[in-house]
Amino acid sequence: MIFYASKRILFTLPIMLGVTIVCFALVHLAPGDPLVSVLPPDASQVIKEQMMALYGFDRPYHEQFLRWLWRALQGDIGTSIRTGRPVSTEISKAVGNTLMLAALATAIGFLLGTLFGFVAGYFRDTWVDKAASALSVFGVSVPHYWLGMVLVIIFAATLGWLPPTGAGPGGSEDWKWNWVHVQYLILPAVTMSVIPMGIIARTVRALVAEILSQEFVVGLRAKGLSELGVFGHVVKNAAPTALAVMGIQLGYLLGGSILIETVFAWPGTGLLLNDAIFQRDLPLLQGTILVLAMFFVVLNLVVDVMQTILDPRIQRA
Amino acid sequence: MTGSILEIRDLRVAFTGAAKPVRAVDGVDLALVPGEVVALLGESGSGKSVTLRSILRLHPENKTRIEGSIVAAGIDVMALSGAALADFRGKTVSMIFQEPMLALDPVYTLGAQITEAIRKHESGVSADAARKRALGLFERVRIPSPERRLDSYPHELSGGMRQRAMIALALACNPKVLLADEPTTALDATVQVQILLLLRELQRELDLAMIFVTHDIGVGVEVADRIAVMYAGRIVEIGAVRDVIRAPRHPYTIGLLSTRAQGGRLSGKRLPTITGSPPDLASLPPGCAFAPRCSSATSACLEAAPAAVELGHGHAVRCIHTAAVA
Ligand SMILES: Nc1ncnc2c1ncn2[C@@H]1O[C@H](COP(=O)(O)OP(=O)(O)OP(=O)(O)O)[C@@H](O)[C@H]1O
Ligand SMILES: [Mg+2]
Repeated sequence: MIFYASKRILFTLPIMLGVTIVCFALVHLAPGDPLVSVLPPDASQVIKEQMMALYGFDRPYHEQFLRWLWRALQGDIGTSIRTGRPVSTEISKAVGNTLMLAALATAIGFLLGTLFGFVAGYFRDTWVDKAASALSVFGVSVPHYWLGMVLVIIFAATLGWLPPTGAGPGGSEDWKWNWVHVQYLILPAVTMSVIPMGIIARTVRALVAEILSQEFVVGLRAKGLSELGVFGHVVKNAAPTALAVMGIQLGYLLGGSILIETVFAWPGTGLLLNDAIFQRDLPLLQGTILVLAMFFVVLNLVVDVMQTILDPRIQRA
Repeated sequence: MTGSILEIRDLRVAFTGAAKPVRAVDGVDLALVPGEVVALLGESGSGKSVTLRSILRLHPENKTRIEGSIVAAGIDVMALSGAALADFRGKTVSMIFQEPMLALDPVYTLGAQITEAIRKHESGVSADAARKRALGLFERVRIPSPERRLDSYPHELSGGMRQRAMIALALACNPKVLLADEPTTALDATVQVQILLLLRELQRELDLAMIFVTHDIGVGVEVADRIAVMYAGRIVEIGAVRDVIRAPRHPYTIGLLSTRAQGGRLSGKRLPTITGSPPDLASLPPGCAFAPRCSSATSACLEAAPAAVELGHGHAVRCIHTAAVA
């Protein structure tokens, strides 16, 4: 097991290197001058060159890459052009917010998704199944920014139960675990949970139906297990796949929340990425993409290792 | 029959899932005394597995109509439900499946699956004690390095070892009746023989009553005291192995045995020496189901399903021509 895990970790190293190269290249392949957004349009050529030298944009690409990589390894992924603060500081704050949102959304999605999935799988082809399936199809197909806006209109604008946007009263960004702050989390989390809910429900439904059609379920009944006992076996058979799907969904939510974070002005990585793009803040963009990509790689690793622990059939050698 | 450990009377099973009900079992009578082995023979689709599964009430309740009476060790099986049914399964009657790879839960160790059964049926047995018993069972079915194998998953064993583990599981709670549904069909020829010998040995030691489903007449002759031949959901001939083999009376049995004479095995869908194919179970003819394929069929055969005719020594045949002769 330890051996397998270390082997998997070793395998991720080249992937990570590839990710850094792509991150670096993507930004430099983008057209336009990286400093265009900070310098006044009438800045002299001298000042321009001074700034280029200051940020290192005048060096050859491979040198820029190695310097960037070397610094990144030490935790320094540059300085935001816009705010002048270290990119790492900007990101860690945003990552915290996104993580909170994504984790809550995944948790809600996983709970409801497995519930619907199990019910639909157990009562296949009955109206219960059809209702649960319709709900999950809605979940994966509804545009989420639209759903977010609808929820805002209903629960914030009309009913006034919850705040529409932001992460704290008066645009404050100091998160605290109290109701005043937590109420800001609810609408975006619910909106976001609809994606994993739909996907997990569909996966679990198919899984449960498939497991229940297997001969070993008859075997379990034949040896005298109650329906509850059989259910326990179904859960354990479904768990590796369901958890893997959940992990991948969490990964998507960590990076793929730009639209929802923008709709709710939630100060997470999605909003940060959005700002970085529109303000042409290259170091910030690069750093954010890098961190998100790394997250994804690590998450895949964790899901993979977890799956081998849960499912004995996957080779551990 | 008095003193029988298992008694099935006029069992009828119809699957109602499709437009027309499929009458898979259509009036089966069968009784076993303790320690007796009956081989159940017949073409694919003749209702052998459905009969076995009915004894444990394993068919989905909402899509199956099941009638008749089944009494096992004094328990009225048809009256069972819920917890009482679960208690009965695996304890009084247990089952061995054709493909242990499919019939065992792939994500539980073999040890866990056996101890689970023991502790389900005997509350108060500690985990340790159950594991000791599982170990004893593994030794009994002669699985090498049993201690280690208890912690193996089904996919880590060879087919023969898996079937041994399946047998251990089936015997875990000292059942009185063992239902074996083609337990050796999926195995290599040499392994088949070993499993067969093991089963027979255990059956004798434990004085188990056993119904042994097989396609292979040779295997049936080897393990059984009596042979029952099924066709289209009915037992068309039953009797002591010697009587049925030496003096088969039903045209279908005679056809079956001639395939054996040619060294054939009943593996395919059809019998080479009997032309035609089994009837559609969703629209069975009113008369003898075998009549359309039978060379000695007369118009009388098409009128009513033939009743069982006793020929002595428990040899019974469902054929009106036999009745005329007898
Ligand atoms: N759950 C079910 N729903 C509908 N029809 C079924 C079901 N189970 C079995 N049948 C049908 O009942 C008939 C008898 O099947 P059964 O499995 O008992 O045959 P068998 O004699 O065991 O054949 P084999 O030698 O191939 O195992 C078949 O026609 C089969 O298609
Ligand atoms: Mg069968």
